[in-house]
Amino acid sequence: MKGWMGKFRAIALLGLMSLVLSACGKENLTALDPKGYGADQSLYLIILSTVIMLFVLAIVMIVYTIVLIRYRKKKGQEDYIPKQVEGNKTLETVWTIIPIILLLIIAVPTITATFDLADESAASDSLNVEVTGNQYWWHFNYEGQEIQTSQDLYVPVGEKVYLNMMSSDVIHSFWVPSISGKMDVNPENENTMYIQAQEEGVYWGKCAEFCGPSHSLMDFKVIAVSQEEFDQWVEDMQNVNPEAEPESTVAQEGKSLFQENNCMSCHAIGSSPAQIGPNLTNFGDRSTLAGVEDLSKENLVDWIMDPESLKPGNKMTGNYPEVSEDEAGKIAEYLMQLEPSEITPESAGTE
Amino acid sequence: MSTVASQKRGFGEVLWDYLTTVDHKKIAHLYLFGGGFFFLLGGLEAMAIRIQLIQPENDFVSAGFYNELLTMHGTTMIFLAAMPLIFALMNAVIPLQIGARDVAFPFLNSLGLWLFILGGILLNCSWFLGGAPDAGWTSYTPLSVTSPGHGVDFYVLGLQITGAGTLIAGINFLVTIINMRAPGMTYMRMPLFTWTTFVTSTLILFAFPALTIGLFLLMFDRMFGSAFFDVGLGGNSIIWQHLFWIFGHPEVYILILPAFGIFSDIIAANSKKRLFGYTAMVFATILIAFLGFMVWAHHMFTVGLGPVANSIFAIATMAIAVPTGIKIFNWLATMWGGRITINSAMLWALGFIPTFTMGGMTGVMVASVVADYQYHDTYFVVAHFHYVIVGGTIFGIFAGLHYWWPKMFGRVLHEGMGKLTFWTFLIGFHLTFFIQHFLGLMGMPRRYWVFLEGQGLDTGNLISTIGAFFMAFGVIVMLVNVVYTAVKGEKAVDDPWDGRTLEWTIASPPPHYNFKQAPLVRGLDPLWIEKTEGKGNVTPAEPLDDIHMPNSSFLPFLMSVGLFIAGFGFIYQVDYGWAYILLFGGMAMTLACMLIRSLKDDHGYHIPKVELEREAD
Repeated sequence: MKGWMGKFRAIALLGLMSLVLSACGKENLTALDPKGYGADQSLYLIILSTVIMLFVLAIVMIVYTIVLIRYRKKKGQEDYIPKQVEGNKTLETVWTIIPIILLLIIAVPTITATFDLADESAASDSLNVEVTGNQYWWHFNYEGQEIQTSQDLYVPVGEKVYLNMMSSDVIHSFWVPSISGKMDVNPENENTMYIQAQEEGVYWGKCAEFCGPSHSLMDFKVIAVSQEEFDQWVEDMQNVNPEAEPESTVAQEGKSLFQENNCMSCHAIGSSPAQIGPNLTNFGDRSTLAGVEDLSKENLVDWIMDPESLKPGNKMTGNYPEVSEDEAGKIAEYLMQLEPSEITPESAGTE
Repeated sequence: MSTVASQKRGFGEVLWDYLTTVDHKKIAHLYLFGGGFFFLLGGLEAMAIRIQLIQPENDFVSAGFYNELLTMHGTTMIFLAAMPLIFALMNAVIPLQIGARDVAFPFLNSLGLWLFILGGILLNCSWFLGGAPDAGWTSYTPLSVTSPGHGVDFYVLGLQITGAGTLIAGINFLVTIINMRAPGMTYMRMPLFTWTTFVTSTLILFAFPALTIGLFLLMFDRMFGSAFFDVGLGGNSIIWQHLFWIFGHPEVYILILPAFGIFSDIIAANSKKRLFGYTAMVFATILIAFLGFMVWAHHMFTVGLGPVANSIFAIATMAIAVPTGIKIFNWLATMWGGRITINSAMLWALGFIPTFTMGGMTGVMVASVVADYQYHDTYFVVAHFHYVIVGGTIFGIFAGLHYWWPKMFGRVLHEGMGKLTFWTFLIGFHLTFFIQHFLGLMGMPRRYWVFLEGQGLDTGNLISTIGAFFMAFGVIVMLVNVVYTAVKGEKAVDDPWDGRTLEWTIASPPPHYNFKQAPLVRGLDPLWIEKTEGKGNVTPAEPLDDIHMPNSSFLPFLMSVGLFIAGFGFIYQVDYGWAYILLFGGMAMTLACMLIRSLKDDHGYHIPKVELEREAD
C-alpha cells in the first residue's frame, strides 16, 4: 500500500517536472520558462504549491478510489445497514493539523518573495522608466534620459529596471510572462515594480486587465540587450533630430503630408512626452506594427487607411482627414525610414 | 386539494395560478424555469465565445460583440442562473426539511422571485436596445463608466432589481430557518442543506448591500453626473473594486455552500450512513463563511496594494483551505464503511469530489501572491473558477435536481439519460478547462477576443472548444430527459432513495400544505431514526387541526413590473424627457402596490380539519 502510494507520487511529480522542463508554449511568452528574476520567483512558488497540492490531491484520490471499490453496494447487500458512525476526533484533528502545516510551507516563501519583489530600495540608482498605459498601446519614458518610445521597451540585460506606471484612461495591466509577473496600471496612483531580464531576447508583453474592444491587441515587446548595446541605443536615441529631412523624395513628401494632416497633434517624433498616440521616433526599428501586425509598408498603409479594421475602438479612427492610398503610401515611406539606431530587436539575438 | 386538482385546468388558469402563487413549491418551479432559461442563454453565450476562440485570429464575432458576450455570460451565469437555480432547490426543499408548512414570508418569497425574473429580463433587453453591457461581469471602473451606449446602464439597473430579489430571498430563508423548525429540530439536528442555506442567507444579508451601494454609485456616475469613480474630478476608481469584491468574494461562497449542503445530504443518503463529523461540518461551514468576508482583496493582488496587504490577504485566503479540506475528508469518511448506491444524483456528488478538490488546490496556488502575479487575469484563473463554480455549484445543482426531482414534480428523472448527461458533461468539462491552466501560464490573458498566431496557444484553445461541445451535448440530453420525464416519466413514491430527512416523509409531490401535522424530531436524520426503529413514519407533534394558509396575490408581480418599467425610465432619462413618465410611472405603480399591501388586511384562509380527515381516507 505504501509502495504504491510512493509510486503514484513519483509519477505525479515526474509528470509535472516533464511539463515544466518541456517548457510549454513559446519561449518569448510562457511563464513556465522564466528568463527574468520576477518570473523565476513566481515559477518557484508555482512549482512548490503545485507539488504540495498534488500530494493532497493524491491522498484524496487514493481514499476515494478505495472507498469506491470497497464500499460500493454489492449483490446480497440489500438489507445490510452500515454502522452509523458519529465521527472520530483523532482523524478530524489529523486532517485539520496536516493541512495547516502544508499551508505554512507555502505561506512562508510566498511572503518572503512578496516583500522581495516589492523592494524598491535600489530604485534611485537604477534605470527608471515611466510606463503609461493607453487604449491600446504603451508609452515608455526613460526618466532623466530624454528618451521616449512606444511599444518597444529596451532594457539592459541583468540590470534591475524600475517601472513607474500609470494609466491615461482605464485600468491596464503590464505583463511580460517570461520576465516577470504582472502589475496593474491605474489612472489614480503610480504603481511601481522592477523587471530584470537574465538573458538577451525579445519578450512578448500583454495587457492583462480588460480595457475595451482591442484589449487582446494591446501587445508590446521588452527587448533585452547587452549593456554596451543598450548604451549605444541610448546614445542613438538621444541624438535623434526630429526635424531631419528624409533622403528619398517620396519620404520627404510623406513627411510634409504627415505634417499637413496634423498627425503631430496626436503623435510625436523625438523626446516629447506621452501624447494621445504613440511616439514614433524609432518607428522603423519596431518589431511589430501596432504591437500585433508584421512591420511592413503594406500593413502600415492599411493601418493609415483604416485603423479600425486592425484595432477596433482605437482613438486614431476618424480623427484625421481622409487620405488616399497614394498619400498613405508616402506617409508610410516616411515613417518606415525612422530608424535612428543600429540596435534593433535583431540585436537581442532571437526574434 | 379536493375536487379542483382532479379537473383539467386551462392554460390561462395555470398561468394565473403561477403569477399569483405564494406557495414555496410553485415558486421553486418558477425559479427553476427562470434560472434554467438563463442557464441555457448563458450557455449559448459560452458556446459563441468558445467558437470564436477555436482558432487564432478568428472572426466569428466582432470585438465589441465578443465583449458583450463575455460580460453577459459571466453576469447571466452568476446572477441569473446559478443563484436562482439554488433558490429553486432551497424553495423546494428547505420548508420540507425543517417540517414547516411554508417559508416565513410567502408574499416576500413571491416578490423576490419576480424581482429576479424581471431584473433578468431587463438586463437581457439590452441585446435588442443598442448593445449589451461590455465592461466584464465585474464592470471595473473607469472602463464601465466610460463605456458608450446604454449597455452598462442595463447592467446597473438589471442587477439592482435582481439583487433586491436575492436580498429578500436571503432574509426570508434566514427567518424561516430560525422560526419555522418543527418541534424538536434543534440547530444541531438540522440537515446539512438547511444549515448551508442558513449560512448562505447570512452571507447574502451582509454581502449584497455592498453590491447595492456599488451599483448606486456607478448609476449616479453614469446617469446623474456624479464623480465617485472619476479620477479627474477627485474620485477613485479602485473603490469600485473594493465594493465589488466585498460583495463578490462572499458571493463565491453564496454559490458553493448550498452545493456543499446538497452533497452532504446526497452522500449520506446514498451511503446509508449518517454524515461523518456532523458538528465539524457545521462549524467548517460557518468558518468558511466568516473567512469568505476576510479575503476580498485576493482578487486585487496586482492592483498595487503593497506587500503588507497582499501578505495578509494571502494567508487569510489559504486558511479557507483548512475547513474546506475538513469537508472533503468528512465526505470520504461518510462513504467509508457505507453501502454506496450509485444513481445519477450520487454520480454528480462523486464527480464533484475530485473536480472540486482540483479547484481548491488551484485556489491555494492562486492565493500564493507572487505566483498569482503570473496567474492573475489569465486563463489559469478562468480554469480555477470554473473548476470551483461549475465543479461545485453546477454539479451541486444537477445533483440536487436529480435527487429532489421526484419531490418537486412527482416523477423520477430517467436514470439512463441522467448518467449520459453526467458522463458527457464531466468529460467535456475537464477537456474544456483543464488545459486552460496551461494556456494561462503560456501567456493567454482572459477576456481576449482573439489570440495571435504563432504564440503556441492554438492547440490548447482547440481542445478547450471541443470540450465545450461535449458539455453542451450533456445539457441537451438533460433537457430531453426533463421533457421525457414530464411525458412518460415513472411516478415517484414518497421516499424513492431510502432517504433520511423529513422531506421524504410526505407525498411526492407534497400537498400544498406540506405537513398535515408538524412532525416531532427526535434527532439528526429523523426519518432514518424512525426507520431503524421499525416505524413507518415520523410521529406527529400536534393533534390534527385546521391549517392556516396564506392567500395568493398578484401584487408581487405588479410591484416587480413597476420597477422594471422604472428601470427603463432611469436608463433613458439621460436622452429623452419622456422617459421620466416611465420612471415616475413605474415607481408610482410599485409604491401603489406597497400601499395596497399595507392597507388591505389579508388574513389568509383555513383548511378545515374535516377536509384533511377526508383526504386521509
